[in-house]
Amino acid sequence: MDRPGGALSGRANTALLALPVAFLLVFFAWPVANIVGEGLRGDGRWDLSGVGQVLGDPDLRHVAWFTLWQAAVSTVATLVVALPAAHVLARYEFRGRRIVQALATVPFVLPTVVVGAAFLALLGERSPLGVDGRGTVTAIVAAHVFFNHAVVVRTVGGLWEGLDPRTEEVARVLGASRFKAFRAVTLPALRPAIVSAAVITFLFTFTSFGVVRILGGAGHATLEVEIYRQTADLLNLPVASVLALLQLLAVGALLVVQARIERRRRTAGVALRPAVRTRVGTAGERAWLAGNLAVLALLLGAPLACLVERSFRTSGGHGLNGWRALGEVSRGSALFVSPMEAVINSLKFAVVATLLAVVLGGLAAAALARAEGRTARGLDALLLLPLGTSAVTVGFGFLIALDRPVDLRASPWLVPIAQAVVALPFVVRTMTPVLRSIDPRLREAAAMLGASPGRGWREVDLPLVRRAVLVAAAFAFAISLGEFGATTVIARADAPTVPVAIARLLGRPGPLNSTQAFALSTILMVLTAGAVLLVDRWRGRDEPGSSGWV
Amino acid sequence: MNRSHLRRAGLLLAPIVLLAAACGDTTETVDPADPGPSTDPVTLTLLTHDSFAVSDDVLAAFTEATGITVKLLRGGDAGTVVNQAILTKGAPQADVLFGIDSTFLSRALDEELFVPYEAAGSEDVPEELVLDSEHRVTSIDYGDVCLNYDKAYFADAGVTVPATLEDLLDPEYDDLLVVQNPATSSSGLAFLFATIAEFGEDGWEAYWQGLVDNGVEVTEGWEEAYYGSFSGGGTSEGTRPLVVSYASSPPAEVVFADPPVEEAPTGVIDASCYRQIEGAGILAGTDHEAEAGQLIDFLLSVPFQEDMPLSMFVFPVNPQASLPKVFLDNTSVPTNGYELPTAEIDAHREEWIDTWTDLVVR
Repeated sequence: MDRPGGALSGRANTALLALPVAFLLVFFAWPVANIVGEGLRGDGRWDLSGVGQVLGDPDLRHVAWFTLWQAAVSTVATLVVALPAAHVLARYEFRGRRIVQALATVPFVLPTVVVGAAFLALLGERSPLGVDGRGTVTAIVAAHVFFNHAVVVRTVGGLWEGLDPRTEEVARVLGASRFKAFRAVTLPALRPAIVSAAVITFLFTFTSFGVVRILGGAGHATLEVEIYRQTADLLNLPVASVLALLQLLAVGALLVVQARIERRRRTAGVALRPAVRTRVGTAGERAWLAGNLAVLALLLGAPLACLVERSFRTSGGHGLNGWRALGEVSRGSALFVSPMEAVINSLKFAVVATLLAVVLGGLAAAALARAEGRTARGLDALLLLPLGTSAVTVGFGFLIALDRPVDLRASPWLVPIAQAVVALPFVVRTMTPVLRSIDPRLREAAAMLGASPGRGWREVDLPLVRRAVLVAAAFAFAISLGEFGATTVIARADAPTVPVAIARLLGRPGPLNSTQAFALSTILMVLTAGAVLLVDRWRGRDEPGSSGWV
Repeated sequence: MNRSHLRRAGLLLAPIVLLAAACGDTTETVDPADPGPSTDPVTLTLLTHDSFAVSDDVLAAFTEATGITVKLLRGGDAGTVVNQAILTKGAPQADVLFGIDSTFLSRALDEELFVPYEAAGSEDVPEELVLDSEHRVTSIDYGDVCLNYDKAYFADAGVTVPATLEDLLDPEYDDLLVVQNPATSSSGLAFLFATIAEFGEDGWEAYWQGLVDNGVEVTEGWEEAYYGSFSGGGTSEGTRPLVVSYASSPPAEVVFADPPVEEAPTGVIDASCYRQIEGAGILAGTDHEAEAGQLIDFLLSVPFQEDMPLSMFVFPVNPQASLPKVFLDNTSVPTNGYELPTAEIDAHREEWIDTWTDLVVR
């Protein structure tokens, strides 16, 4: 597609891409190539025995199949539950909407240890719902929906509320039914965001680790879990390398398919405008809103409520002892950092990781949004590959790849860098569609009215870019705050983050330890919800995309 | 427009450049490849697992006495840490490793991961607690994995507490036991080793078949078993009164009780314990071998040894270190824990886990 107003020369695009690509080469491709290479040619000779071992092992084939189908089921379930919620939050104004929106983001940033514990409380032996769902696929899928709900609501909702509702109204005036107007007008405009959210959800569930490990019981393992076992527990690098390649191939194939869909269905620039929310009018609308809020309350609220409840639990009933204990650093030991310290560590890491991810991802998104053709699509897909790579592969890759020329392995920067590698694809995913959807005609109009290209960019692109940056930054911040996988696999300096502190507390006996862990989880939850609300307020009301990631 | 865009990009890049510069700074001070004159204060890096803990004042006293600063590097669980060290052999990321046990010892020794060092006081360590007679690894603590039971359950139900592993097959105890998956949990693996040590290579599979028939529950990790399925702990959610945990869990129930309690609600079944000895070693390739030796001495010294029970909930190997009262009151110091030869573990671990998985969870 031709974009006269926005085409940058190929050289400028290359310049924009240089840094993000260099970053990913050094902190992703090189470590992964190193560890996979170590597995495939340990003694300097190519040794492909791992391939035979993997393909010939029915257990491993079973793992691959389970990984695939549970991800597909989880993705569909997430879309079914989250798309109506995205509609309600994007289109209706109601009391407490902002708080609901902020709370709906929380599950995404909670560390898996905490979510696992909450779901065990909800679906365990003494389940308040009366169902023992441990070890079932249903529990895994429910937890996946809980986790990824925000991805869909935020990605799709951000675009949805910026769409002009009048186009749909025009269609209805012309005689289309509500459903038909939605299908013919709104759905095509939303499609890029839906595809994007579905792909991210699929990648997330395809590479699911903590949820499957905790809730899946011994009978269910994903490739990610198996790669972890083969690498960290058994140091069986030949098999681990083959599995890592297999996972990478599967993810690559998915991305190629998605790029093809996008090429065929690329929508023209959709005009975004300030969000218009209406109060519910008809009884049908009221029921729709109430129904959706009820689903949110059950699916997202119940596990979160379980967490808070458990932070107040004592041996005899309920009390504040867990919270009080948080204030006292037990015995001045190095294990029990004060929660304040863990919170500060978490925030520090999150700020650095966010900065890295947004700057690098923003550059990449700017280049991708303006570029067309095969190369752009290829790069787009390549930037998503870190999502398809197991944290343990990257973490162990760091160990053997980053000791020269400077030994970075013990550096405190490694954790935020690893988190930035994880967050980068999300930033690119979030920013590219918004940047792409900027109507070139606006820019042309500005140029025609005599604005210089710089001014055109400043006054047309910048407000929308600013939103996209904020949306992406919140995404990256949230990922970094809750990130647990990469943080634990990398040997790191002793600066425990909140998720790490929670895991340590949960890992030892004694009632005070578990209530403290849940109190810390509650703090993490409040912190995230608070940050989301704050950014929302600071950015001002009623700009398009205010139910986007911030 | 191009220029304004790029200038903006330049502004955005400034933090990265700063960051890169900062990276250089921080790594310089810890770079083990930079020996520096020996009179300078030395910083040692101690690679360890997530459960490592020491009281601040105890560690500070070491730094004051020796001038050596200790920097902790955590690498995940014990197995992951050892595997990381094997992977970085020759270019170690730390000077000393703490947290190697018999499960991974044989592999680490085969890989020649450690430099031999005879620590001050190591001659006093009881022989049954010595991990390596050639002093490549120095034993520091032991923390046995034992069955814990819910005292109230057995008192209320009027059932005797099982005394041996064999007892667990009794129909009287059906649906009462929860264990961890040995593929994903170190305590689960230790319990599997205990059953192999008791029933032998030929008998353990039949024993586990018996446990399955008697309704054993399997969880992935210790947390899920102890908090989710076990009934005995202070905030335990479950209904099963028997769990695979540690000899030190009952004292922990008292130390972290809420509100305070006099006596632990749980007890240890003595004849079910698997011995887990943890050691430390100087990583080959370190530039601070002499100082690393001082750190090993410290780990074996009375102040550190007496700090361990309440910070890591393990038992000291140094016979001069005394145990805190809460340990003496609420658990027995395990004496005859099951053990398997480390070479045998290394040769069969994967095969045992695979067999167990087929038998119990598939």
